[in-house]
Amino acid sequence: MSTPLLFALTGVLLWGIGLLGLIGLRHLLRKLLALNVISSATFLILVGLAQHHGGPDPVPQALALTGIVVSIAATALGIVLIRRYYHLTGSTALESTVSEEGHGGEGRSHE
Amino acid sequence: MKSPAARLGVLLLALMLTALLGRSVWQLGMLEPASELPQLLQENLSASGVEHPVTAVLLNFRSYDTLLEIAVLVIAAMAGISMARTRSLEDPELRTSDTLLKALLRWLVPLMLLLAAYLLWAGADRPGGAFQAGAMLAATGVLMRLTGMPLGFLRPGMLLRIGLVLGFALFLLVGLASALAGEAFLAYPPGLGKALILSIETLLTLSIGMILLALFVAAPVNNASEPEEGER
Repeated sequence: MSTPLLFALTGVLLWGIGLLGLIGLRHLLRKLLALNVISSATFLILVGLAQHHGGPDPVPQALALTGIVVSIAATALGIVLIRRYYHLTGSTALESTVSEEGHGGEGRSHE
Repeated sequence: MKSPAARLGVLLLALMLTALLGRSVWQLGMLEPASELPQLLQENLSASGVEHPVTAVLLNFRSYDTLLEIAVLVIAAMAGISMARTRSLEDPELRTSDTLLKALLRWLVPLMLLLAAYLLWAGADRPGGAFQAGAMLAATGVLMRLTGMPLGFLRPGMLLRIGLVLGFALFLLVGLASALAGEAFLAYPPGLGKALILSIETLLTLSIGMILLALFVAAPVNNASEPEEGER
């Protein structure tokens, strides 16, 4: 097993961690961070897997570069949206659509 | 708040998906290399107008990606600005009056601008390029904003709008011009590649710096209890 393939497999592991965070965490900012972990993992897989076959491949590297910029923009937009949401609702978590046995809407902070 | 069964289900689902991804990555890694792309790129590098393969891919061979990327950035900036309360762009409360930061900035800002210009120019034959330079410009802007320097161009108005779309507009114009001339969309005319790439990258740098800075400014620090405009 070569080093680039190890990078790609590390990316797979990171992807799993990010996915777990994206589904499991309630705070929106944490979800956004988990999304960032997932995108970093994707870049790692993309570059590592391509490099595994005979040296650096500029095409996936350029794709990863494009992806990094887009993920920065997405993160910034996400933060702006989260702030706006917090302003409007006073809550940092999405309301659960299923009312959990009659006591739904626990994410709301009662001001 | 969540039942243990649901947590276990989420954990199992994530584990299964990760295992699936790991398996496909492993199988892809074991495959024989079938891609001719790196060799193809090396052979055609001289035709692209730049010497660095990543820049050649970004701005010539796959410039479509870069065009869409800057479009995404422009859209994100527009959404970010429209979400923000424009009044707080000029809020004097947000400014720190740190004398040390101010003194440091006198040295840092020229250096950072110089570094941004270098990164832009270096993109032709070594790592660097419009996005790195644009990020550098945006960082300079963030520092200047933190010390309370007046950044008039960030106020909503003509200058902000032009700055945001400048790079995208030139890119699109070049693509449309080549399409109208009978070539493929975004195919640079031979011989003009270097000049076109350089001018596109320069305007892209300005636009990217402005977009990132606008997104930073669009999230002002303010009190959650304050009533928002548009709210009852």
